[in-house]
Amino acid sequence: MADETTPPPEAAPPPPSAAAPAHKPAPPKKVEATDAGAHPWVESIRRAVPDAVVSAKEFARQVTVVVDREKVAQVARHLKDAEDFRYCVDVTAVDWRARQPRFDVVYHFYSFSKNDRIRVKCAVGDGEEVPSIAEVFLAANWPERETFDMFGIRFAGHPDLRRILTWDGFEGYPLRKDFPVEGISTGAAVYPEEWPEGGGPSPDDPNRKAVS
Amino acid sequence: MSDERPVAETDLAAAALAAAESVPVSPHPPTLFEVQEMELNFGPQHPSTHGVLRLVVRVDGEKILETKPDVGYLHRGTEKLFETETYPMGIPHTDRLDYVAAATNNHAFCLTIEKLLGVEVPRRAQLIRVILDELQRLSSHLVWLGTSGIDLGAVTPFWYAFREREQILDFFEEYCGARLTLNCMRIGGLPFDLTAGWVERLMEFVDDLPSRIDDYEQMLTDNRIWKKRTVGIGVISGEECIEWGVTGPVLRASGVEWDLRRAQPYECYDELDFAIPTRVNGDTYDRYIVRVQEMRQSVRILKQCIDRLEPGEIRGKVPRVIKPVAEEIYASVESPKGELGFYCVSNGSNRPYRMHVRPPSFINLQALPRLAKGHLVSDLVALIGTIDIVLGEVDR
Repeated sequence: MADETTPPPEAAPPPPSAAAPAHKPAPPKKVEATDAGAHPWVESIRRAVPDAVVSAKEFARQVTVVVDREKVAQVARHLKDAEDFRYCVDVTAVDWRARQPRFDVVYHFYSFSKNDRIRVKCAVGDGEEVPSIAEVFLAANWPERETFDMFGIRFAGHPDLRRILTWDGFEGYPLRKDFPVEGISTGAAVYPEEWPEGGGPSPDDPNRKAVS
Repeated sequence: MSDERPVAETDLAAAALAAAESVPVSPHPPTLFEVQEMELNFGPQHPSTHGVLRLVVRVDGEKILETKPDVGYLHRGTEKLFETETYPMGIPHTDRLDYVAAATNNHAFCLTIEKLLGVEVPRRAQLIRVILDELQRLSSHLVWLGTSGIDLGAVTPFWYAFREREQILDFFEEYCGARLTLNCMRIGGLPFDLTAGWVERLMEFVDDLPSRIDDYEQMLTDNRIWKKRTVGIGVISGEECIEWGVTGPVLRASGVEWDLRRAQPYECYDELDFAIPTRVNGDTYDRYIVRVQEMRQSVRILKQCIDRLEPGEIRGKVPRVIKPVAEEIYASVESPKGELGFYCVSNGSNRPYRMHVRPPSFINLQALPRLAKGHLVSDLVALIGTIDIVLGEVDR
């Protein structure tokens, strides 16, 4: 993500001295994704880890590389050692429900020398394992646990893959699209007659008011 | 027990590092007494955990051998809720993440959607956003100063810090009606313009603030007891911070001059003149100094923003119904705790398909076992305070 090392043109404020008339905001610009197959980082991954890169794109100056699930740890290692992406910002996932493979695991890395970010994604099917990068980046330990807790994606080689936000013994993976928003019965309700478990408001509730 | 803490400041960091490394993890040298390892349950209801945080601590006497944080007591499924509501309806949920710094949460959320839409925020809105952010940073650091002081037995700074925080909350209340859960930003700008006289009163407060910060420093900076409790406690190097993903004042106290306001400026931070305070030792005392210095820098930023305020629009051109292109985006701001980011995946509808929070408290808390190893149980209290976690953000 080639972020604001130089201020982006659309956000350039007028110099304070210029007594310009009241600043009129511009209408939204159409931002479109472009192919980033020739980006130097993508090239670098391609050279170091053959057959890893599936596709690459750039949107709003943010580079996304889709890589092969088996090679995630190698790609992470290469980005850290060779491309100086030393800071693992985050690990998370997206559930595409109907798609095969079902999930995307998403990694964000940041490089201090480049002052820039890269997003690495890999597609994972339900029940498939992703190599853990917790050995490469200590920072990925808890985010991977969270991803496991929320989506049920297992990370192979993680030192301590337990649930983190829900409790041991919780059934289901809350951020999967087929998990009901109103909750499930866990047997932990305090006043079940008044507040039944799984009785939270559903987004399809007709009484729910939606604003645009 | 090795409770030998040199008072002199020279080489304290090195001494502490050496002490931490030389902690015997397994059988101690034979003593006259029977040595027994014990597992201690710390929290979830404990005043020093600043919320509901449970730590399972393995101790040998007073010395900590291992710490296992157990989080999630405050998990409310915020990320799931984002998916069920339209984009503007997500903003109030962000208030409940880091509830002592709601403005920066609102800001990060709005910034993400604005980036996705390609919306420009008018200049006046940018300046007011920065003012709200910096007021929020001050109030968050004041809460930190007061509570972590109390944790270590310094009760007086608490009353001083909360006196000023009260005034800041009054400013928020006058601006948007709320004191904590502000909901004070909108996608593309701000909900309201400033009320009459707000800026003048703020200027008065800001002029007064440096002398108040002097008061806190007078009570703590050279306080012998405060130094004994903080100097050399929880030393972590800059390299290690990066490896653990630790950001914010903790990273800067370890000598890494990295602040998103400078590294990847958003709004009008690039034209403002402010310094990024750093220290080299990376101990609890340095993190205290960095936060106090950051408060002084916030005062500088506030003054500059007030000087630049001009009448103008406060909301950009945002479509009535927000339906971004089916894309994904990540944007982050420097919250008082560190890098607060939002990762948004859109599928072209009026609701986010996936909204993920990158919470600084959660990631910083990961490093607690590393910080606490080899210290005493009473230092654990200092260390929880020094990371400055808010459990609403850790658990989401």
